[in-house]
This record gives sequence, C-alpha cells and structure tokens, in this order.
Amino acid sequence: MTTNESSYKADALIAEDIDAYLVQHQHKSLLRFITCGSVDDGKSTLIGRLLYDSKMIFEDQLAALEADSKRVGTQGQEIDFALLVDGLAAEREQGITIDVAYRFFATDKRKFIVADTPGHEQYTRNMVTGASTADLAVILIDARKGVLTQTRRHSYLAHLIGIRNIVLAVNKMDLIDYDQAQYEAIVEDYRVFATSIGIEDFVAMPISGFKGDNITGPSPNTPWYKGPALIEHLETVELDVTTDQAKPFRMPVQWVNRPNLDFRGFSGLVATGTVKPGDAVRVLPSGKTSTVSRIVTMDGDLDQAVAGQSVTICLADEVDCSRGDVLSIADTPPQAADQFEATIVWMADEEMLPGRPYWLKLGTQTVTANIQAPKYQVNVNTMEHLAAKTLDLNAIGVANLSTDRQLVFEPYEQDRDLGGFILIDKLTNATVAAGMLHFSLRRAQNVHWQALDISRDAHSNLKNQKPAVLWFTGLSGAGKSTIANLVEKKLHRMNRHTFLLDGDNVRHGLNKDLGFTDADRVENIRRVGEVAKLMTDAGLIVITAFISPFRQERQMVRDMMKSGEFLEVHIDTPLAEAEARDVKGLYKKARSGELANFTGIDSPYEAPTNPEIRIDTTKMTPEQAADLIVEELLK
Amino acid sequence: MSDNPSATAGVNLTHLQRLEAESIHILREVVSEVEKPVMLYSVGKDSAVMLHLARKAFYPSPPPFPLLHVDTTWKFKAMYELRDRMAKESGMELLVHHNPEAQERGINPFDHGSLHTDMWKTEGLKQALDKFGFDAAFGGARRDEEKSRAKERIFSFRSANHRWDPKNQRPELWRLYNAKKAKGESIRVFPISNWTELDIWQYIHLENIPIVPLYFSAPRPTVQRDGLTLMVDDDRFPLKPGEVPVMKSIRFRTLGCYPLTGAVESEAKTLPEVIQEMLLTTTSERQGRAIDHDQAASMEKKKQEGYF
Repeated sequence: MTTNESSYKADALIAEDIDAYLVQHQHKSLLRFITCGSVDDGKSTLIGRLLYDSKMIFEDQLAALEADSKRVGTQGQEIDFALLVDGLAAEREQGITIDVAYRFFATDKRKFIVADTPGHEQYTRNMVTGASTADLAVILIDARKGVLTQTRRHSYLAHLIGIRNIVLAVNKMDLIDYDQAQYEAIVEDYRVFATSIGIEDFVAMPISGFKGDNITGPSPNTPWYKGPALIEHLETVELDVTTDQAKPFRMPVQWVNRPNLDFRGFSGLVATGTVKPGDAVRVLPSGKTSTVSRIVTMDGDLDQAVAGQSVTICLADEVDCSRGDVLSIADTPPQAADQFEATIVWMADEEMLPGRPYWLKLGTQTVTANIQAPKYQVNVNTMEHLAAKTLDLNAIGVANLSTDRQLVFEPYEQDRDLGGFILIDKLTNATVAAGMLHFSLRRAQNVHWQALDISRDAHSNLKNQKPAVLWFTGLSGAGKSTIANLVEKKLHRMNRHTFLLDGDNVRHGLNKDLGFTDADRVENIRRVGEVAKLMTDAGLIVITAFISPFRQERQMVRDMMKSGEFLEVHIDTPLAEAEARDVKGLYKKARSGELANFTGIDSPYEAPTNPEIRIDTTKMTPEQAADLIVEELLK
Repeated sequence: MSDNPSATAGVNLTHLQRLEAESIHILREVVSEVEKPVMLYSVGKDSAVMLHLARKAFYPSPPPFPLLHVDTTWKFKAMYELRDRMAKESGMELLVHHNPEAQERGINPFDHGSLHTDMWKTEGLKQALDKFGFDAAFGGARRDEEKSRAKERIFSFRSANHRWDPKNQRPELWRLYNAKKAKGESIRVFPISNWTELDIWQYIHLENIPIVPLYFSAPRPTVQRDGLTLMVDDDRFPLKPGEVPVMKSIRFRTLGCYPLTGAVESEAKTLPEVIQEMLLTTTSERQGRAIDHDQAASMEKKKQEGYF
C-alpha cells in the first residue's frame, strides 16, 4: 500500500499557531455527498482511503483495522479499508453494507459528510435516502467492467433525487495499467447514456482507491489526465445551500414560540431565499400578509436570514400562523393544492395499496393522502415505463395523489423542502415511501363543489328517515348477505327507503375491473364507500355486505360519512365454522390452491376492534340477528 | 452563531452554522411532534453542546422539557457542580435518577465490572424513562464516535421494552423525520449525530460554552490501573496495599464514572491547547472508556439491549 504524501491537515500550523488554525478552520463550508457503487466497485475502499488520507483514522483504530484485516479481510495481508466502513455486526459477516452509514472527514477547505449506501438493486431505498441530503454523487465504475446496469441505475436515481453535481469515478485504474484509451472509451460510453436520461453535465476522473491515484493530487501514473483530483473537486464544487439563497423566501413554520403575552415568534429553518426585517411576507395557505418585524436568535437579532439557517421570525401584525403553515415572500408565494402528480419510491416490504389513506408529511405539514394506482412503474435498470397496479419494495413509479387538506408546495425540482414528502402507514407508523411532487393537477384548482338547492336534509326529510350505512364485515360464508337481505326486508316492510350493496353484485358491474389482490380490495372498498356516501346524501339507509378485510379501509369509509351515520356490523363467524359451511364451495377451492388471495386462508382478515354491532352467528339465528340489527339502527 | 452571517452579503454558511441549524431543526421537530420529551444530560462536552443548542432553539423561551441525569453516584465531583449550575442557568427542571436496586446492592465500578454500567446506566435509564413516562429522549451521541452509531438514525425507535432493532430502522429523507409511534414505544433522538469531535470543540470555543474543568490539564492525584490512568477523585477509591496516588498533570478527553475513565497526561490548559492536542494526537476518543474494550461489536449489542 502506498502512503500518500499530502495530508489534508495543516499539521505545521496546528503545532505552531493553533489560534490561527482555528480561525482558518471555523470558516470551512460543508459538502454532503453520496458514493454509489457496489462492494465490487471498491466503494468502501475509496471511503476508507479518504478517511485514511485525511488522517481521520487514529492509531488504535488502525491497529484494530490491521487485526480485522487479517481475520476477515479480503485483501490478503494488506489493510482492507472496507472494514473501516462496514458498521453493523451482521453485515460485517455478510461482507456487504446493507444500510446507510454516514462518514465524516475534513480538509483545510471543507468538512465532508459522506452517505455510504449499498449499490444492489434491492437497496434502492437506501440509496435514495442517502441521496436526499446530498449535494453531489460519486458514481463509481470498475475500470475493468465499464458502464454496467448498476451504473445506469445509480445515475438515474441520483438524477431523480435532483443531484446536480455528478462525479464519474473510474476506479481500479491500477488493474488496467492506467490505460488512457480504455478510460476514455468508458467515459464516452457514459456520456451517451447520461445525456439520454437528462444529466447535463458530469466530471469524470481516473482513480484508484486502493493505490491512492488522483485522490488528493495528480497521480504520476496518469500524466494524460489534466482534470482535478477527487478531493480538489469536492473542495471547490458549488453547494446547493448557496444556490438556494437565490430563490424566493420560504420557511415552513415548525413551532410557535410564545414565552409570554408580549412575544410571539415563528420558528423554522429557512428552506429557500433570504429574509430581512421590513420584508412583506405572506402566510400560506391562508394568504394573510404582514411584515417581518424581527429575526430573533439567542445571539441577538439578525438583519438577514438565509436558506439553511434556523431562526425565529416575528411579524408586525397579529396574523393566524401555526405549525404547518409556510411563511413566504409576499409577492411570489408558493401554491396550495390537494391533488398532485408525484414520483413515488416505495420503501416498505408491504406493497402500496392505492386508495388506502396514508399520512403524508411534507415540510412541517402532515395530512392524509390517497394514492391512485400508478400511471407507470420505472424499470430502474433500463428506465423503461412499465404498466403497474401497485408498487412494491424498491419500486419507483409515477402516480396521482389527493390530500384531505390543501398542501402548500413547490415542484420538487425547484425546492426539496416543499416538494419532497414521505408516506407513513397509519397502523404501523412505518415510513413506507418517499415522494417528489411534480405539479398540482388542474382539476384541483378548477373543480369546485357545486352548491345544490335540494340538500341532503331535504332528501331524508321527504323519506321521513335518518340516513345511515349498515356496514357488514366478516369472513366469506359468515352469513353477511343472508342477514343483510333479512334486514332490508324488515326495513322495507317498515316503509324505510333502503338499498343493499352486495359484494358479489357490485363486482359484476361497477367493480368488474378489480381482482382480489390487496390493492384491488382496497379500491373495491373505496368505490363502494363513495357510492354508499352518495346514497346517504340521497337520504337512503344503505346496507353493504362486503368481506372488507382491512381495518384501515373500514376506517376510511367511516371517515367519509357524517358522524353517527356509520354502523359497523361484524358478522362474527369463526373461520372453522365458515369453512365447514362453505356455501359457495370457495374454501375448498382456496385450500386446493385454485383460488388465490382468499380471506382467512392466504389473505388476512382484520376483525373490528370496536364495532357498533357484533353478531355471533354461533349463538343466534339469522332471523334473530336481523331483529337485533334493526333495533340498534332505529334506536 | 456569534459570528453573525448577516454581517457579510452573499452569505456562505460555515459548516458549524449548518450543523447548528440542523440540530435546532431536529430539537424543534421533536418538541412539536411528541408528547413528553426529555433531554438526557450527562454533563460531558457533548451534553454541554446539546444543551446550548436547545437554549438557542427555543430562545427566548426556556427549552420546553426537563433535563434528566441518570446518575451512577460515581461521577467526578466537578461534574455534579457543573450540572447543578447549568440547570439553574438554563431555567430548566433537573431530574436526577438513581437505580434504587443498584443503590441497595452497593453496585460500584471497583467490585462489579460491567454490571456497574449495566445496572446504573442501562437499567437506570429505562427505569427513569418509564417512571416519568417520557416518549422521547434527546441524547448526545455522535455518528463519528463508533461504527454502530454511524448507521443509527437521528430518530431511533425503541420498543416498549427499550430495545433497538438495527434491521428495522425508518428511512430518514431530506429534513423529514417520522415521529409517529405506538403507545409504549419511545424515541431516542440524537440532534448532534452529524457533529465530529473537532466540531464539538470548535463550537465550545466559539460559543464560550461552560464545560467541566477536568477537560483542562491540572495537577491531579492519579493511580495506574489496567493500562488506564485513573484519578483519585474521592476517598471511596480503594487503594491497593502500598499504592500511593501520584500527582500528575492530566486531563480527560471524555468524562464518565471516575473509576472507569482514563486520563491522558497533558499540559493543555486552554481550549485552543486542548484542540491542538486533540488534532495532533493519534488515538481515538473512546479509548479512554473501559466499555469499548470488549469486541468490536460490543456497542451494537449494548444498544440493542437498551444502552443509550
């Protein structure tokens, strides 16, 4: 192993004049970057090399590294830099990094935070995570192999997440004898591809992480290469935080600071732009305007705050403003909308369920969002658009989504803070997806509610009844349709205006395009919910008989209805009992494997935890059950 | 920061300004999204920076959460003094928890080895969080300290039994932190994850943050044990027959329980000298802590079991 002569630390200055050194070093800027590549490309070795050359490795760590290299290393007696970087015990044994790790080093000019992520396709989620905070991406290529599928994938993802600075590091040059022609062929190959996916510019360099060529300074092995060494480039490239300052001022409000009646400040991190006392600002989404009176910090008031700073802003007027609102320059505010097109990167083991409500967090706003079935999925290796009904782990697709409230936003390519969002599962609280807003859909701005003269009250008064939804849920063969039918007959005899929506019947028409995957089941229930809602607006008593196996969708329908008008009726028949009855012979088919995704067999049923009515069919007849339900309804 | 960026036009934020802004953002997110946060305060230099950042984040309000010191009764005297002073100065409530079982059994670092850390710190912390019902606890861990920390999220979830599952961490994108959790679960939040040891020292220097004087060199009574230079901080220190404390000019790079914390011989009496020594030194910071001397993955195991 060659030890590089140049080191990043000005050792002499540290020893001679520490005060001068400190003054110099407290004015460093910060660059965050991501390295993309597989273990085979020498990524961990490169990062280990950067840490080693910048003297971020101490003697005790080096001793441990030498011992580890001999024990589990892959470089024979040489130091295996990769071991420095591979953190968690499980992955050290597997020999691959399986998560995002952050590394730190510094030179005289800059401090660096490196997001180290694995390169395999199954770790797309980790790469996207690491890239989301990066100013720059280093795409590693093994010089012996050239541009591979994974190179294309990494470049696509880096570009997708909006990284403007791309470095193509052609690594392992030592293994091709520093061959200029081979290097240039690889770069040309990459240029053709990069242009095709919209990457306008990139910087290529021939390096060896293992030997140290063109890492800190020009390598004698590549006299034909006139560009910067990797570190030189990282030290001088323009930062996003600087370009963000030129954009219009926006600050998502995180917290209202109110220590006493005389002080009210709005705390947040300035996402873009610059703000000064006296600036006219607007509170979004309300649109109310005021003027900045002070920018308060513990070090005294500021006369200016810029993108990237955390501050507390006071306004001259008492305007309504709280967490989730966005402070903006008054004359060019961001838009607010509730329907969008977005790119979605799915990050959970459980697939996306179109129609299911998820929490959406964007800036400091958290709303409920429904995602529609994807318009297409992107093959991350070929960039082809594929038809898709859902997205599963590591899939990337484009879909429309709607939110239950107006969301203040900017297109992602203009503003990461107001255009990037995460989706959160409402039951498990897991972060299941990341997304990037493209634009709001026109219909969100142009479709308004039409006021109708005949109100829902007028409809129900004429029928002399209170509208309601009796939502039957239970296993297949539990007795839902039988009891629902009896309930309707009884109500009809009592001169009530009813309508029964039956699972099988609806699938012959309205929902005949849907199958029985989890995603289709969610959409099935969403549509039935919307129809039931329209029927209650018409004043009807709606009875529905659907397995509706998922708690979240039943909750979604409950949330659509007026409070008190939704009664969940659990037709509670044990699986063994329903299977023994097997009225339609379906359990038999499911058990034999003829029928997939059958509730109770290979698809889950989530029983209601707190239904309005619970019918134990092992304890009463359908007739008794129907009487009880009617009684509860009319109570 | 004290050197106000507004003083210059076309502002270039320094790395410390950006780290500060990020930490403040994290502190505010937690306060906005959880019910009952607390700040773990260990009185070390990282805690000192974290507390300072909290005061900045909520100024002019005092930080809207208490400080919690999970005490082992074996900290240096100077640490207890600074702890009480800083709580008073910041206007925050100070909660001190002692594991009653450890106290009763007289668990100490001289006789009980790793059980000492386990009972006073790991168990004590779980007890304190349960007792007060905190659903989020700020901790001063940094990713540059140790390999398993490099991969831990800023918002790190713990089961109702306080266990960490390194394989099931939530992705953290942009500046978006998902703080949703089930009842009984809690979050450990690390606002200074992205700071390095040098950043901490530079920031303490720039911001004049009070720290325990033990970080600076002075003549102190010492003995040598298992390759560590230990300071005889009080008369609970059991001297071996014939052992006489020797006065040496020493200081500490990290602070914990005095019988477990190794000192370094040093002449660094000021912050710049301390930083100078740190930059020129060739051993990593945690070497002075007995806890890491086990196998490489020891910290990861401890964390899974609930060590902070």
